[in-house]
Amino acid sequence: MNGGLDERALIGALSTGDLMPESAGAAIEEQRPPDASPSGSATRSPAAESVRGEGEFLEVSLGPHHPSTHGVFRVDVVLDGERVVRLKPVFGYLHRNHEKLGERGSYLAAMPYTDRLDYFCSLTNNWAYALAVEKLAGLEVPERAEYIRVIAAELTRVQNHACLIGFLLQEAGAMGTPIMYAFREREKVLDLFESLTGARMMCNYFRFGGCRCDLPPGWIEQCRRVVAELPRFLDEFENLLATNEILMARTQGVGVLSAALAVNAGVTGPNLRASGVNYDLRKADRYGIYDRFKFRVPLGAHGDVYDRYMIRVLEMRESVAILDQALAGIPEGPILNPRSRLRSFRPRAGEAYGRLEAPKGELGFYLISDGSGSPYRYRIRPPSFINLTVLEDLCVGRLLQDAIVILGGIDIVMGEVDR
Amino acid sequence: MEPLDLIRERLGAAVPGAAIEVVPNPAVAEQSSLRVDPGHAVAVARVLRDEAFWQFDYCSNVTGVDWPEAILREPVRLRRLINGVEREVVSIVERRRPGCLEVVYHLYSMRLGHGPLILRQRTDNRVDQVRVASLTPVWRSAEFQEREVYDLFGVVFEGHPDLRRILMWEGFQDHPMRKDYVEPDDYEYEPTPHDDVLVKARRHYPVGGGG
Repeated sequence: MNGGLDERALIGALSTGDLMPESAGAAIEEQRPPDASPSGSATRSPAAESVRGEGEFLEVSLGPHHPSTHGVFRVDVVLDGERVVRLKPVFGYLHRNHEKLGERGSYLAAMPYTDRLDYFCSLTNNWAYALAVEKLAGLEVPERAEYIRVIAAELTRVQNHACLIGFLLQEAGAMGTPIMYAFREREKVLDLFESLTGARMMCNYFRFGGCRCDLPPGWIEQCRRVVAELPRFLDEFENLLATNEILMARTQGVGVLSAALAVNAGVTGPNLRASGVNYDLRKADRYGIYDRFKFRVPLGAHGDVYDRYMIRVLEMRESVAILDQALAGIPEGPILNPRSRLRSFRPRAGEAYGRLEAPKGELGFYLISDGSGSPYRYRIRPPSFINLTVLEDLCVGRLLQDAIVILGGIDIVMGEVDR
Repeated sequence: MEPLDLIRERLGAAVPGAAIEVVPNPAVAEQSSLRVDPGHAVAVARVLRDEAFWQFDYCSNVTGVDWPEAILREPVRLRRLINGVEREVVSIVERRRPGCLEVVYHLYSMRLGHGPLILRQRTDNRVDQVRVASLTPVWRSAEFQEREVYDLFGVVFEGHPDLRRILMWEGFQDHPMRKDYVEPDDYEYEPTPHDDVLVKARRHYPVGGGG
């Protein structure tokens, strides 16, 4: 292969670094976005009404049943030949007003609903909600439960990133093989979730002030075996894909997102770090017990789809490092704060915003309590939804086939986008 | 990050005429918020974003809250003369809270690593004065989230580049996240040929019958 030099340079350019408060976001470019004009006035008007009839443009409704749209997502694309002139995402096909449902029931009743947000990562959803409620009620979490949370969240991150890479390759035309490699690994993680929580995807496991039940006998050993296998899988996966000519041709230089726009548009998670902004809530907020683990935050240099792919590969390796440390350090002890009340739970009046680093970005829950048994306001800050803000900016001027790859690289789950 | 009172003073100096007040949060004291009048919200937001010692470059969360008009009953401790002896009694005072819609912004600084600073804007009422200033020109991340607040709460954002419904469909009438929202019996009712068949069928059966 001739691409050897180039790819080495690129992989080397993906620097890694620890987040220090003073250097946070140092990579953000100096100049501010010129008042963040969303994407130029010419592309702002709804749909394609104004350009239709000029003869040359074609309006295509991509989705909601297109296989590359990760569920029921639609984008209205206006094309000049194959080039994207305008792109408007259309949401709501999976909207069930999750927030209203959350405000109708008790605090605990919303916990199973959170599983259905990003159904690939139900455990981090549970944790984000529990985190917000614990902040609202001032609840402490026992040490063992914190370790269980970290282990569950990092397993979730590994399987989410592996599957995302599989989906991305699927959309670039590599039918079957990468996604099946990823799903093979995901099965092992889901088996762990099943023996821990009783469910493979809808785990409903964390509670305010701890976890629902303790680890089953032998779970730690089983988990250690799975985690010990992961580096081999990551090597194999990386060897298969990282220098793949087609992947590089389809993703390098495609969908470049500048650091300034990424910050201003609220892009979070691996997409943000691929643009070189050092902002990982595990380091910035140090929620839970993440300050006890040694891990690095991978950063990208170009902000293109290839960087987003590579960030996920590197993040999986850091997750394995965290898992090793957490599995070695997990103590015995209670798993639920004795002060936490699951039934007739009435936190004091007030409000709290809790957020954490979900695999797709910053997942936040904003709760207002009026002192009654159900939240007065229950709001989810969904990372996949807000990461789509920049979709049009990334796609305009590219070919339609690039738009598919760019969407694949953003990593969305419609359960969370539409809520 | 300095205390909110100090931020309020500095903002007041930077944006003359802005009405800013601190809204305390009894549950999480460090997440108390600042309420800004919609007329000066954009200017205040710009200062918060651009001032070197704040640099709130990242608007994480935008959401609405519906506050319908309500009669609040609050216990008040009073000293009263009872049978010639002064005693402390608890009396319930009723207070009318006018209805309004509120928009809440959670701001962080990625560069300096502090936050959240919580900004609030209020509408005058819930019926016809439902306008606040859009902060999308300052933080692009508010673009879809303000559209969502417009869709689900009915707050109109002045200066938003593309204010349309986002989760509900075009032509939907109400705002589902409002507290007094009543859901329709049939969401997608429209007359179809099927209805004529039902009417015709009903004629064949006695009133109330026909299974």
